[in-house]
Amino acid sequence: MMPAVTGFLEPFNYEFFRNGMIAAVIVGAICGYVGVYVVLRRMSYIGHGLAHALFGGAVLSSIIGLNFFIGAGVWALVNAVLIHLISHRRLVGADAAIGVVTTTSFALGVAVVSTYRKFTLDFEAALFGNLLGITPTDLWVIAGTAAAVAVAMIVIRRELLFSTFDPEVAPVYGISTSRTELVFVLLLAVTIVASTRILGVTLVSAAVVIPPVIGRYLTQRFQTLLIITPIIGALCAAAGMYASYFLDLSSGAMIVLTFALVFFAVGGRRWLRGSR
Amino acid sequence: MPHETHTDRVHHVYGRLHGHRHAGGREWSEQGRPIVELTGVSSGYRQTLGIAGVNLKLWPAQFLAVVGPNGGGKTTLLRTILGHIQPREGRITVHGSPAGGSSLGPVGYVPQLEQIDLNFPITVEEVVLLGLSRHHQWFRRTAPEDRDRAHEIMDRLNLLELGDRQIRELSGGQQQAAFIARALLGEPELILLDEPTSGLDIRSRDEVVHFLHEINHSGVAILITSHDLNWVAAHLPWVVCLNRHVIAEGEPQEIFTTEVLGETYKGEMVVFQHGDMIMVGERPHSPNGG
Repeated sequence: MMPAVTGFLEPFNYEFFRNGMIAAVIVGAICGYVGVYVVLRRMSYIGHGLAHALFGGAVLSSIIGLNFFIGAGVWALVNAVLIHLISHRRLVGADAAIGVVTTTSFALGVAVVSTYRKFTLDFEAALFGNLLGITPTDLWVIAGTAAAVAVAMIVIRRELLFSTFDPEVAPVYGISTSRTELVFVLLLAVTIVASTRILGVTLVSAAVVIPPVIGRYLTQRFQTLLIITPIIGALCAAAGMYASYFLDLSSGAMIVLTFALVFFAVGGRRWLRGSR
Repeated sequence: MPHETHTDRVHHVYGRLHGHRHAGGREWSEQGRPIVELTGVSSGYRQTLGIAGVNLKLWPAQFLAVVGPNGGGKTTLLRTILGHIQPREGRITVHGSPAGGSSLGPVGYVPQLEQIDLNFPITVEEVVLLGLSRHHQWFRRTAPEDRDRAHEIMDRLNLLELGDRQIRELSGGQQQAAFIARALLGEPELILLDEPTSGLDIRSRDEVVHFLHEINHSGVAILITSHDLNWVAAHLPWVVCLNRHVIAEGEPQEIFTTEVLGETYKGEMVVFQHGDMIMVGERPHSPNGG
């Protein structure tokens, strides 16, 4: 085999890389798919906020010895429901509700970490992701979650599209915009929980926001956007994993920097061509 | 006469007994039951009453406009009819039965263009097909006969050639036509349009009124809200002047008077009448404020 090809395949000799690569590709794809609606609904801040809120759940589940996916998952779902309930009271906007709930949740995690300093290493992984920590069980959980989220999103695709594009009129056609938004936020929370192992709570929102924005630069068609964005997410995640291995840098950071590199390349090309 | 049940503030402008009406080239019948009837309806958001003690009947194939000032309750009226806001007082019936939840049946709603993100990546055909959402089941793909029906409606509204275009690439009138086509795909007996001419140039407004008349002639009742009094006077057969209460109801030639419009808008209005043509103008302020 040619040396270049051998070098290219070399990381696959390691189980941690194989597991990490599969997880990264799945996470890149599902975050991109969910992210299309996040960006079009102008909810980017909610992805960022939910990821930070997750930290509290990750910390508490670690201390009481609960499985990360269960502890952080329940925590994220509770936060998502709280945000939904507060923002629908109309007294405060969704952005303020997200700010209140998620920073409180994050601060709770930080407070607990400062009390139990021996967990610092685990919490660093929760903050920035940990490629080495992906076990085959984690992989099944990530894959199963991604599949379930994708199926649910396909089932409610019409409700999502209508309530995203024209929330004023959707109820006239029997679509409950409030219920659709709650279901969507819960699916987003589940996606973020599944992705945190790879990217960490500080970086996961990039996977939700940047690929759809790149997709928007490349197509103006909604159906095409739904197809190309997961592909962009998956390819960037794979490229980031390679860069991480060969440059010996943090996998989460390299995946996000790959997203950013593609974003600036595509955005710069559009800018040079004179389109916005 | 049904109008004797209206509040005292309503101007009695009907010169005929109710029955068969003919106005602006379109006929509708006031026999049988109205599609929607509001009796003494008050509703609004939180502590604010948008409309108070409103009596209104929408008859099959009727075409009417609701005019009034900003904050006068036009959009609240539409939302109350749609069931988005529950009335605090009064009664709403649909075909004679008390309304509740989604009992209004097939109704189309076209919101103001300004409320829609027209930069959304969606084609004209995709917008129109959203009109099938009420009938769609989970996992079911759009059936060929549904798509054919959408194309038929798009053809009627001169949109067929534009089906593949992005909604933002269309003129204001064409965008409005796309949303009307979406409403028509649900086979409504009533379409409500919130300020369909807002922000449109004269040509686009002309296109919109052309589409609306064509739809009305096929038997669909239409209720629009508008700020454009001259457009309403020129094209619509029936008008309701609303400022929280119904101030007057009738043909534009009968109710667009200085008195009625002054009461509706709480200001001095100038009305010119030349034969059947009515023009509503603003009195210019002199530089010294006189």
